[in-house]
Amino acid sequence: MAKQPAAIVGVGQTHHRAKREDVSMAGLCREAIDRALEDANLSLEDIDAIVVGKAPDLFEGVMMPELFLAESLGAAGKPLLRVHTAGSVGGSTAIVASSLVQAGVHKRVLTVAYEKQSESNAMWALSVPVPFNMPVHAGAGGYFAPHVRSYIRRSGAPTHVGAIVAAKDRQNALRNPYAHLRNPDTTVESVLASQVLWDPIRYDETCPSSDGACAMVIVDEDTAAASPNPAWIHGTVMRSEATTAAERDQVNPQAGRDAAAYLWKQAGITDPLKEIDAAEIYVPFSWFEPMWLENLGFTAEGEGWKLTESGGTAMDGALPVNCSGGVLSSNPIGASGMLRFGEAALQVRGAAGEHQVDGARRALGHAYGGGSQFFAMWVVGADRPTN
Amino acid sequence: MSRTLSAPVTVAFDYTRSTGPVLGRFLTGLRDQRVVGGRTSEGRVVVPPPEFDPVTHQQLDDFVEVADTGTVTSWTWVPEPVAGQPLDRPFAFALVTLDGADAPIVHALDVASPDQVRTGMRVRVRWAAERVGAITDIACFEPAEDAPTGSATELGDLGDNPVTGVITPVELDYQYAASPEESAFYRAIAEGRIIGQRCPACGKVYVPPRSACPADGTPTTDEVELSQTGTVTTFCIVNVPFLGQRITPPYVSAYVLLDGADIAFLHLILDIPAEEVRMGMRVKAVWKPREEWGTTIENISHFSPTGDPDADYDTYKHHL
Amino acid sequence: MRDVAVVGFAQRQMEEFDGSPTCVELLVPLFAECYEQTGWTRRDIGFWCSGSSDYLAGRSFSFVQAVDAIGVIPPVNESHVEMDAAWALYEAWLKIQTGEVDTALVYGFGKSSAGVLRRTLALQLDPYTMTPLWPDTVSLAGLQARAGIDAGLWDERAMAEVAHRSLTDAEKNEYAIRKGGSSVEELLARPMYADPLRKHDCAPVTDGAAAMVLAAGDKAREVCDRPAWITGFSHYVDPISMGTRDLTRSPSAARAAQAAGVDGVEVAELHAPFSHQELVLRRELGLADDVAVNPSGGALAGNPMFTGGLIRLGEAARKVWEGEATKVLGHATSGPALQQNIVCTMEGRN
Repeated sequence: MAKQPAAIVGVGQTHHRAKREDVSMAGLCREAIDRALEDANLSLEDIDAIVVGKAPDLFEGVMMPELFLAESLGAAGKPLLRVHTAGSVGGSTAIVASSLVQAGVHKRVLTVAYEKQSESNAMWALSVPVPFNMPVHAGAGGYFAPHVRSYIRRSGAPTHVGAIVAAKDRQNALRNPYAHLRNPDTTVESVLASQVLWDPIRYDETCPSSDGACAMVIVDEDTAAASPNPAWIHGTVMRSEATTAAERDQVNPQAGRDAAAYLWKQAGITDPLKEIDAAEIYVPFSWFEPMWLENLGFTAEGEGWKLTESGGTAMDGALPVNCSGGVLSSNPIGASGMLRFGEAALQVRGAAGEHQVDGARRALGHAYGGGSQFFAMWVVGADRPTN
Repeated sequence: MSRTLSAPVTVAFDYTRSTGPVLGRFLTGLRDQRVVGGRTSEGRVVVPPPEFDPVTHQQLDDFVEVADTGTVTSWTWVPEPVAGQPLDRPFAFALVTLDGADAPIVHALDVASPDQVRTGMRVRVRWAAERVGAITDIACFEPAEDAPTGSATELGDLGDNPVTGVITPVELDYQYAASPEESAFYRAIAEGRIIGQRCPACGKVYVPPRSACPADGTPTTDEVELSQTGTVTTFCIVNVPFLGQRITPPYVSAYVLLDGADIAFLHLILDIPAEEVRMGMRVKAVWKPREEWGTTIENISHFSPTGDPDADYDTYKHHL
Repeated sequence: MRDVAVVGFAQRQMEEFDGSPTCVELLVPLFAECYEQTGWTRRDIGFWCSGSSDYLAGRSFSFVQAVDAIGVIPPVNESHVEMDAAWALYEAWLKIQTGEVDTALVYGFGKSSAGVLRRTLALQLDPYTMTPLWPDTVSLAGLQARAGIDAGLWDERAMAEVAHRSLTDAEKNEYAIRKGGSSVEELLARPMYADPLRKHDCAPVTDGAAAMVLAAGDKAREVCDRPAWITGFSHYVDPISMGTRDLTRSPSAARAAQAAGVDGVEVAELHAPFSHQELVLRRELGLADDVAVNPSGGALAGNPMFTGGLIRLGEAARKVWEGEATKVLGHATSGPALQQNIVCTMEGRN
């Protein structure tokens, strides 16, 4: 049995900031939802079901916050699901929402993911002490820095490649009115001059901590017919592996490789570098751009940094990556994955504004989480899939 | 001996919540000893005001002030209050419909026994002496059998110092237990030994041992005592201070692959300048004085260079 | 829609699990039971989905290590909901409906005893105007029970009758942690706890885990003599507010039942952690008088958080496998005072 066709007809997001002190959690979500509904030319009454995603409940200190948010989100009297798959959650949530349409269960599904990181402190929430153990690494940066070092050793990449990514994404963010970090002066040199926080990761090579939300409206074929520019779903995938396992490849995880292979197959893509016009890849630390380029099969192993260094991932490159500014410019954790998926949809709808890639027809949205063991991805296209 | 080790853990944080305009108005009112309700599109006065209208889904923008007296519409006895509840002696939680409101609010009712509560009884807000713009500005309700029936009035000016945020402390106590396999590991550590276990399916040696080998889903079994020397596979230098940190930066956090193990584990590298730590460096465990030992990985103070030549990259590259 | 059936189920319930809150140790033997029931290995499972809670465990990402119990080389198609595993089952059912996979294994786990459960659950409430008062689960259920008593919808005797029937039926359930030994009169003679609730009106704090296997079409028929075919699966949510809801009703439960279809149901396993909630659910689901409710003893006999709902569905499915019923209903609830509800109807076919 084939999946029912599904398309994204509305995308909305908040203005992401370090502290959105002007809104409550419900207000933050509604800012994104209302924009997505307006984009879709639908209202909450038209929505059949709502799928909510966010990262750990300890971030906001509310257990299953979708319960208290239900009425404000317009979910009262409707089906409501809550997904939590670590950092990949924004992507996984979008995939679960898609499956409601692809399964033929619902016609118009609203999905929203958010994080209000300013309610607490992510470093604290991720490092609650475990008895008998010792807190050796320091938050997400401390977790990923050793693996970045492994990548540099393995690939022989020059040490300024991370700075190239950071400078590119921060410059891209200037074209995105919703981006959190907006610093026109960021250059490769300024990134290299910033403090080394978790050697080999520098301050300017890390993502910010943001308040923000992203919402999408995903609909069936009949509903999509009313949209001037639906983004059709050409493939979705989720893959998981263990956090720690003997000889697990933490630089180029098998779950990511397997996921990409399955995704390209679904979308009928044989040469992703040639056939994907824009990619929104989850890059919370700059070095993950070249690492994921390899993991996703855009380049051979060990060659990802060359594409980055040559400018191939810039707005005018062969594969524009993170034209929105990416996670490096806005990081409301639970929403970060959905922002990647949503930005990919905006590109193929020709609705990305100043960071639009001319003529983008197929785009990748990518998210990962935990210690690089959870992956969620989709390919969206301007054309209705033929398979 | 118990099967597993356990120890208390407290998860505590003072959350800083921004309220948005609707809840901000309600909390501003409480600070000033006024109870603000919201009028929904159906004409119902609800306290606290819902942020968004249940029918139109628009943000609520019609507010009234209700009385601080009301009527109990349901109640329950709380024989054993838990930490953080409004009263630390037995009390009632009640649904109270304030005069002028059409829907009740949940709060505590200060009475000495269940005999003193009944549905329909009249009660009044007992205001907290110090009010900050929080639901706890209402200390509780108290009986007020002869209180005259109040009504809703138009909400006047709330002044120019509105509440926009509230701090909500969340403190939870847990008893954390290690798995049986981890418990065996920590008990060995308390004797100065580092043990792993072999997966019966794939043969890999896990340290600490696991309730399930992540490759096979099978518990690790055969115990293996591991060497106290190993190889740094990769590492980072932590220069950044963070909340809850117990080690002063800068320090090196490294994956150490003990000789005989098939998985590296994280620990500190000291006795060498951070910038001289290398991938492949050979290190050995340095233990704290025996009298400081417990069932914790912290018995190992850190790892220190052995001075031996670095391991060849090919010997550990598959552990990156 | 594809024909999808429950073909495997395993559970554990206990008063106090002494192991790690990751519950990996509990899950390994449950998966083994599911493999034995189906003759499959992990490689035959197309999709995995779990339900659990970080706040129950007291740490972020508490579900992450649970995937170790699967054995995840090669990597797996996997997801997680921060909900009772009954909703994980729904996500897995959806996945099969899309045609992407034909089989799924769903699991849930939780160590309720790690903290003070009724207090921890106060974190589910409105964080601005409710949680700072720490209204505990038992108190919120007490407000609901009183509302029904005051409205004349039920009384203490009706609640005791539910508890008595549950505890009596639980004597036949090897997994029940509270069971037997009473009469309605004796239960009514016991002291009030959280007036109007006595202790036996409240589900016991329970640790545990459960796993369930779903399969489509021939895959189901190959491994199960009498699969429990899913005929309806639906869920809804109500507003959380204790003030604006009619606490004696549960519109979301009623809608879920209407959508799933309850005609012909012979056995219903209802997830009612408090005795009066069974009475609310019976009415909202529109169950006929001759429907056998909670022959397992229900949640009053054992209610492991984030698994209690999935266990209801599993107990209902078993009745079909064993040929004791042709059409059954499993229900799960989440949130305070029956805020969110899911209904799954299943049938045996000859």
